[in-house]
Amino acid sequence: MSKVLVFTEFQNGNLKRSSQELLQFAATTGKPVVALALGSQAKTGAAQLAHHGAQEVLLCADTAYDAYNPELFSVAAAEAIQQAGASLVLASASSSGKDLFPRVAAKIGAGVVSDGTEITVSGDDVKVKKPMYAGKCFATAQFENAATKIVLMRANQLPVAAADTSKTATITEHAFTKPSLKTLIKEVVKGASEKLDLTEANVVVSGGRGLKEAANFSMLNDLASVLGATVGASRAVVDAGWVGHSMQVGQTGKTVAPTLYIAVGISGAIQHLAGMSGSKVIVAINNDPNAPIFQKATYGIVGDAFEIVPKLTEEFKKILAH
Amino acid sequence: MKIFVCLKQVPDTETKIKIAADGSGIDTAGIKWVMNPYDEHAVEEAVKFKEKNAGAQVFAITSGPKARAVEALRTALAMGADEAIVINSPENLDAYSTAKALAQAITAEGGAHLIFAGKLSIDANQSSVPQMVAEFLNIPHTSVVSKTEYTAENVTVERDVEGGAKEVVQMVNPSLIAANKGLNMPRYASLPGIMKAKKKVIKEVEFSSLGIAGTEQKVKYAGFSLPPEKPAVKLLTGDAASQVSQLITALRDEAKVL
Repeated sequence: MSKVLVFTEFQNGNLKRSSQELLQFAATTGKPVVALALGSQAKTGAAQLAHHGAQEVLLCADTAYDAYNPELFSVAAAEAIQQAGASLVLASASSSGKDLFPRVAAKIGAGVVSDGTEITVSGDDVKVKKPMYAGKCFATAQFENAATKIVLMRANQLPVAAADTSKTATITEHAFTKPSLKTLIKEVVKGASEKLDLTEANVVVSGGRGLKEAANFSMLNDLASVLGATVGASRAVVDAGWVGHSMQVGQTGKTVAPTLYIAVGISGAIQHLAGMSGSKVIVAINNDPNAPIFQKATYGIVGDAFEIVPKLTEEFKKILAH
Repeated sequence: MKIFVCLKQVPDTETKIKIAADGSGIDTAGIKWVMNPYDEHAVEEAVKFKEKNAGAQVFAITSGPKARAVEALRTALAMGADEAIVINSPENLDAYSTAKALAQAITAEGGAHLIFAGKLSIDANQSSVPQMVAEFLNIPHTSVVSKTEYTAENVTVERDVEGGAKEVVQMVNPSLIAANKGLNMPRYASLPGIMKAKKKVIKEVEFSSLGIAGTEQKVKYAGFSLPPEKPAVKLLTGDAASQVSQLITALRDEAKVL
């Protein structure tokens, strides 16, 4: 039977939640599950791959794979897919997943669908629901003329059960071909925040023009740190230079899908609504009762953010302490 | 020295999307088409490179239905591109065959010293074509680039990754750079630029002449639908303290997200 290969990613020695989602989903397809794990973190974390459903692990702990390099990784991934005889490849729509797999697809003549939010696998038939126009609508992607189907799933879309530490996998250490590289990774500069990226965060607190000035984002940072949230922003405040583009939620920023999205002082331009409407529960705090954000919100507070947000932070502190 | 910029014409970000009655795509009636926002940064970068490097020539290239796609090329010409090529292609080609067509057309023009593209087109949300073009041309690429520094042989770029982190990457040219928003501030086309762009001849290549087989179409989109309607917002009432306590109760007991 054809296999499913899951491209896995680690952070600080731990298997990322997005990879746990993919392995556990792969196990539900009934096909044998092979995990590809590259870099020295993969060695320490290899057992975790089995706990989430991998039956085989293709491991290459070579430190050459510690930093992502598209030329190096695309050769390794292509070889791993061939060795495993995988007809379905699952990876996260993370920055490396999205960069890598189109290149792999072009290399091996595979089809690739990026940013999936739902996936169904029935035998050889794979269907992927994905947002188009940054979530203004959805479409179902189907493969044709592709012996290998590659699906990049957005984080937080598939359920994760607790790790089953009784499970084991066959771990094969593997050396992949190293092409002569024209790409050199000179440095990886750590981000200012150790928080999850907006695209992976379970809770997002976003601010807009209603915050009046850049310094007032500190109020959101306080709220976010109590909630373990990542802070986002509207396009208006990114364009005004208050915060960096990496924080922008919307059609020309990031598409987010957290469990809880709190929009503070954001009126809700159509581009912003597109980027956040996949959130499960949306709270809008705005002093304008006619702001379009209220059309998408689950709960709305019409009021002064400078009064509401600090109170909210205090109350969350109390309730989450218990 | 030939510099290529790969572009796409997409619905303006203000567009309210409607679905065609049979769900096969979006209803394009009345849509205002614009150059893909990330591609504006790619054009700007190419034109800036040309301004600093005598002998560099900027070719704007796109694949799409000619009548519509040429408008993005006119914009690029007005911003300072020297030449433009349209690959007259059917609607809704997938990323694989689009990238193959672009790579072949670039090769037919004698290849590129640098290729620029936007990191993502805001319609299909795939972020695939630039990486695929690089693979088909067997050159290095970096996507999501927000800073560049050029020498004759190399380009050193900064790539934005998760959590505000950055990767500093050096590539041997020829190479492909897929632009993120922070890369530069795209210029507005000047009036003389627009007038000049109108007079330029845009080279036409028929997709069918490139010998790309039907089997190189790998992905098809169907079943378009709008996101489910949200139930009406529950507006909380009373003073700030009361609104806050109602919200906490709702999040904990009703939405069960705390």
